[in-house]
Amino acid sequence: MQDRIKYWKGIEELENTPEFAKHAHNEFPEFLPVNETRGESSSAGATPARRDFLKLLGFGFAAATLASCEAPVRKAIPYLNKPVDLDPGVANWYASTYFANGDYNSILVKSRDGRPIKIEPNPSSTLVIGTSPRAQASVLGLYDNNRLRTPLIKGKEAKWEQVDREIASRLGSVNGKVAFVSSTIISPTTKKLINEFGARFANFEHVVYDANSASALLGANGGVVPGYDFSKANIVVGISADFLGSWMAQSVFANQYIQKRKLSSDKKEMSRHYQFETIMSLTGANADVRVPIKPSEELAVVTALYNGVTGQGGSTTGNFDKKAIANAVADLKANSGKALVVSGSNDPAVQTLVTAINQAIGAEGATIDTAAPFFVKQGNDAQMLRLINEMNAGSVGAVFFYNANPAYDHPLADKVVSGLKKVGLKVSFADRVEETAALSDYVTPDNHYLESWNDAEPKRGILSLAQPVISPIFMTRQMQDSLLKWSNNKTPFYEYLRNNWRGIASGDFNKFWEKSVHDGVVNGSLFPATTATANTLTAAAAASRANKTAGTGIEAVVYETVAIGTGAEANNPWLQEMADPISKATWSNYVAMPRKMADEMKVVQGDVLKVKLANGKSIELPALIQPGQAQGTISIAMGYGRNLETMPVAKGLGANAFPIATVAGNNIIYSGKVELEKTNATVEIAQMQTHHTIMDRNVVQENTLANYKKNPKDVTEYVRLATHEGPAKPSTISLWDDYEYKNHHWGMVIDLNSCIGCGACTISCQAENNIPVVGKQEVQNRREMHWMRIDRYYSAVEHEEGDYATMEDPAENPSVIFQPMLCQHCNHAPCETVCPVAATMHSSEGINQMAYNRCVGTRYCANNCPYKVRRFNWFAYSNNDKFDYNMNNDLGKMVLNPDVVVRARGVMEKCSFCVQRVQLGKLDAKRENRRPKDGEIITACAQSCPTNAITFGDMLDPESRVSQLLAREQGERAFHVLDELNVQPNVTYLTKIRNLA
Amino acid sequence: MQHVSPIREPLVTGGKTYHDITEDVCRQVEAKPNARWAAAFAVALVGLAIFLYSVYRTLWYGIGEWGLNKTVGWAWDITNFVWWVGIGHAGTLISAILLLFRQKWRTSINRAAEAMTIFAVICAAMFPVLHMGRPWLAYWVLPLPNTFGSLWVNFNSPLLWDVFAISTYFSVSLVFWYIGLIPDFATIRDRATGPIARRAYTILSMNWTGSAKAWSRYETVSLILAGLATPLVLSVHTIVSMDFATSVIPGWHTTIFPPYFVAGAIFSGFAMVLTLMIITRKTFKLEDYITLEHVESMNKVIILTGSIVGIAYTTEFFIAWYSGVEYEAYAFINRATGPYWWAYWSMMTCNVITPQLFWFRKIRRSLTATFIISIFVNIGMWFERFVIIVTSLHRDYLPSSWAMFSPTSIDIGVYVGTIGLFFTLFLLFAKFFPVVNMAEVKAILKSSSEVKHNHHAHANTMHGTATDSNTNTHHSND
Repeated sequence: MQDRIKYWKGIEELENTPEFAKHAHNEFPEFLPVNETRGESSSAGATPARRDFLKLLGFGFAAATLASCEAPVRKAIPYLNKPVDLDPGVANWYASTYFANGDYNSILVKSRDGRPIKIEPNPSSTLVIGTSPRAQASVLGLYDNNRLRTPLIKGKEAKWEQVDREIASRLGSVNGKVAFVSSTIISPTTKKLINEFGARFANFEHVVYDANSASALLGANGGVVPGYDFSKANIVVGISADFLGSWMAQSVFANQYIQKRKLSSDKKEMSRHYQFETIMSLTGANADVRVPIKPSEELAVVTALYNGVTGQGGSTTGNFDKKAIANAVADLKANSGKALVVSGSNDPAVQTLVTAINQAIGAEGATIDTAAPFFVKQGNDAQMLRLINEMNAGSVGAVFFYNANPAYDHPLADKVVSGLKKVGLKVSFADRVEETAALSDYVTPDNHYLESWNDAEPKRGILSLAQPVISPIFMTRQMQDSLLKWSNNKTPFYEYLRNNWRGIASGDFNKFWEKSVHDGVVNGSLFPATTATANTLTAAAAASRANKTAGTGIEAVVYETVAIGTGAEANNPWLQEMADPISKATWSNYVAMPRKMADEMKVVQGDVLKVKLANGKSIELPALIQPGQAQGTISIAMGYGRNLETMPVAKGLGANAFPIATVAGNNIIYSGKVELEKTNATVEIAQMQTHHTIMDRNVVQENTLANYKKNPKDVTEYVRLATHEGPAKPSTISLWDDYEYKNHHWGMVIDLNSCIGCGACTISCQAENNIPVVGKQEVQNRREMHWMRIDRYYSAVEHEEGDYATMEDPAENPSVIFQPMLCQHCNHAPCETVCPVAATMHSSEGINQMAYNRCVGTRYCANNCPYKVRRFNWFAYSNNDKFDYNMNNDLGKMVLNPDVVVRARGVMEKCSFCVQRVQLGKLDAKRENRRPKDGEIITACAQSCPTNAITFGDMLDPESRVSQLLAREQGERAFHVLDELNVQPNVTYLTKIRNLA
Repeated sequence: MQHVSPIREPLVTGGKTYHDITEDVCRQVEAKPNARWAAAFAVALVGLAIFLYSVYRTLWYGIGEWGLNKTVGWAWDITNFVWWVGIGHAGTLISAILLLFRQKWRTSINRAAEAMTIFAVICAAMFPVLHMGRPWLAYWVLPLPNTFGSLWVNFNSPLLWDVFAISTYFSVSLVFWYIGLIPDFATIRDRATGPIARRAYTILSMNWTGSAKAWSRYETVSLILAGLATPLVLSVHTIVSMDFATSVIPGWHTTIFPPYFVAGAIFSGFAMVLTLMIITRKTFKLEDYITLEHVESMNKVIILTGSIVGIAYTTEFFIAWYSGVEYEAYAFINRATGPYWWAYWSMMTCNVITPQLFWFRKIRRSLTATFIISIFVNIGMWFERFVIIVTSLHRDYLPSSWAMFSPTSIDIGVYVGTIGLFFTLFLLFAKFFPVVNMAEVKAILKSSSEVKHNHHAHANTMHGTATDSNTNTHHSND
């Protein structure tokens, strides 16, 4: 039956004509109309030919039009000979060292395609675990478009050969003293080289000058910074020492300090920190007990402490909190050998007494490692003052300036300027024509530190190396090489450095050297043993001075901010736009004054004040009401008031506060008497946070150590919602289906007890994620782009419940709490549901993602974000002359991370949990056929935190630190911000605990 | 067939005949523009120029030209959007709901009110597009098949619902309005003398013949469209309110929003209709068609909706306190006493207190008072949206992010500019289109026995009834 049925494909098959049979086995048995389209078919009539012509015409037109819209050609040129260890698109890390202005960081430099793009902490370091914000920002300094491109002779561009020739000949005939002025150099090899360079001159002096010096501290401790170890101190007393923020070695001290502050239910002990200070410093904000004092009261406070711990009586003068002194004395005595007193004062009497106190409480050998002092500050005020006098006397023949700019940052800058006119040969190694270089005959620009070989010994016994990660971008030359050249030494500095290290090598030097360069840090010492100079001042003599302090009038303090420091890196837009950890101000300095003084003067924030200095000069700056500022004092940050074409970013911002500092004997005291006068002008201060109290809200939680010891489960307030079944956790009542996480579930824990609020994470995030700088006006407009911010809240003045007006006012001496705030990566994210085009959505690993390409910019997501962490590109921030920062020039763009897209105008952006790092970590693991290991994948913020306050990891991995931390702290300190909204964040905070006295 | 009581006040006064109606309405269209119109049009064009400049700045440099910031992501843009959409509501309400309720008095005002709806929706629609960071990609909010992969719009997003709501609303309103215009266009066509005008109105009238069948279909379509438009009166502003109500922001997250927004929309729409009507009737001498009765009826709607809005404001406060939610409580305390207290109290004064004056018959029937109060209500309703949007956003959950919003000149320019755009369109409409629906007004003339009919034989055929039914078939060419 079956085979009798025959189906035809068509009538042709039924007829089976010879024509059909011929083509039947072809793929296309029918006649293909190829020729017709060409118009060659003989059988085709006129009509198809016309249509085909039109088709071709249309196609031709379209093709020609398309071909003319050529996209700009961007050339990617492959390596002709690929360097061995360099793969395009794959990053390399090189160990190096960042040191500037006392701030030491052992770092890894992430380099992509030959460009250093990110500073990361060196895990081999025993001193630091994160980085400081300045270290993070230092990579941008490499790509500063305003660095000198060639050496200068009298301001004119010149060739190195000519410069070398002229300097060599002029050095041969130098008359008088040769001075080499530098800021602190912690490189033993460089110091050795400078001394060798000077050896050929009859009269040579290496003047070490720090813009913010610790001269008195050195004087009272045999010429070195004592080997403080906060990690051994149960009691820390700070007197005007911002050791967590800007004093010196802040990354080192923060790491030590926080070890005694971390808590868990297994370790319920933490240090107690007293801070006596004038300004509200980052350190003071972290203190358990903070007492505002005037600068003139520092000596009285120290004397009272000294008298207390040594058991000597003696009256205490001053209006400060005597009870706090008594408590501190009692604590210091009870913790003998486990306490530490530090002071940032530059008054020799204060420092003499501090040393005596530390001796009395048994700190030496316990919380102070006497065998291993720090070298991070070496500036000697007396030396510099002497040099200024010698220059003015005309007895200096040649002067070199290396990382020193006294024409700007010395309180006697005028005398420096006048003195320099009498010096025959002035050479500056500055990277740009700054104030001192402008007065120099020769500017022989030094390399950036990322272009240089160097070594460092921040602390005796700990050496660290710096290696170049890029060839010099400009025609610059490392200072050390210049000195070698001018000494007619043909050795390059690299060889000189190696030779100097041969002494500490054991075994094969090349192997040792390679390992040292690779690790970046080595144990060993290269600094010659210091001969301690005895302190001429005795404690008793110092104490007797205490009662002499008196006088009325406003005392002004010049202080260093966490971001700008002494101003050497003021042209770095990341640092200019970094919010001050306390005032949250950016882009300028200001007069910080207590509310009482402002009320008395009828000054409101932003009113411009004329600050009249003792020397008759005056500066004008806007006022900022600073809670915690000592009564009768003001404080002004150093590092501003630049007026240089070579620092366009810093130009015109604020005023120079260095002239406020006064010279007392052989020391520079960073405070002085001023008079204030209100002017009619107002200047808006660009603050990233303008509301300062928590408004009795439960968004950030804190409790006391006493309560924590009593019951750790009692320190955090958990939100419970009322239901008919009784109070319920918000997360148990939900309209939404939960996401299922099968592979990873990324999460973060931020320990508020560990966070010191320094802001290193914010700059690290900026560098990692190509976050644009928006400038002062846009910060004023509240449009900063930082993906991560540190919320800072002051405690409010006493108020009744519901008295909203009063609770907006910060207390006079508030307690301060910091809360790093970033995208919370909610599992029930309010932003995700409202985007009309689904540009923001949830990943299968719990990350709230932004698809920038898809975003049309309705900003609905930002409005609906309860944490307000979303940032909108109001303008084009790259290639836009209105935002002339690093993203507007080809050199500055080199710092951009190629793994992260630069966002277009009109697009929303926010923290991505460094998704590029997550993906890279997963890929690396996949290539090795394994699961990613905990700690391999880490966000930029967590990585750079100098106190390990941020833990990132996979919450599905029970072994991960984040899982274990969550398991341990659940029900104790772990809480979600705005838990009641049931947005289920993937970021968990741990309650801050204060060890109140 | 319905009966109209002879003692009821006539809806058209002045003893108008059918021909008078035609003459009165067509006069504007046919005559040269009068000086008042020209002056008004010049001012409107200045507004339009401001609009174009502000839009240029916004598109060329970015949304940063506005005063928005990281905390306040919407301010004048969405305020203006909601305000304009709200204004549009009166037109639809008058033409659709009142048609279904057989409120005959609507016939003389529905044309202009519908035009206002359309122009207001055009103005409103500017903002959702302009407020986008990348408006050139605005079409991405449409669920279009695309080559971007499996990309689709997010149907969870109230903004997407807005897209559907507004586009539906606009198309239905436009069709409804245009269908209503066809017989009148035919009238103008038949009277037109110039070749261009005749040609233009022939096209516009779609070759309307005025046959019984055409009238029958006209009536049917009107009824169907009225039926379609009626739910839109409620749904559009309900959906607009959901932009806020479905969010988590205290002051936005409120279940009362849909009815409150609808009432507010009708409230502001009627105020705007009054503002425009009082000007139009004066300028175009249409006092006999838009009578005091109309004004009074609309004022009654304003009292009603104004009171609803007032109760909504109070309820919000009560719930904020009663719920015990600290963020919500603060949001409302902050509205009344925070830095934007002046906006809140402007809103309360304009929206709650001033309309209550309409309880007095004298004020209700006073054109001057009505005009002033209608302006107050327009201002108040703008502030209502500003208060809801800006004061809720500027101080939400985390005090660290609290910020202030202040508008830039471009913000003001875009807003003032849309008013210019609106009046440009409205004045063009008033000049070239019949502002009163002649065909429908003729249907509500009192019966022939009371009409002096000197030169109109046709008038007799209309006696007895004045209805919207399809009996009036012969008068369109009068």
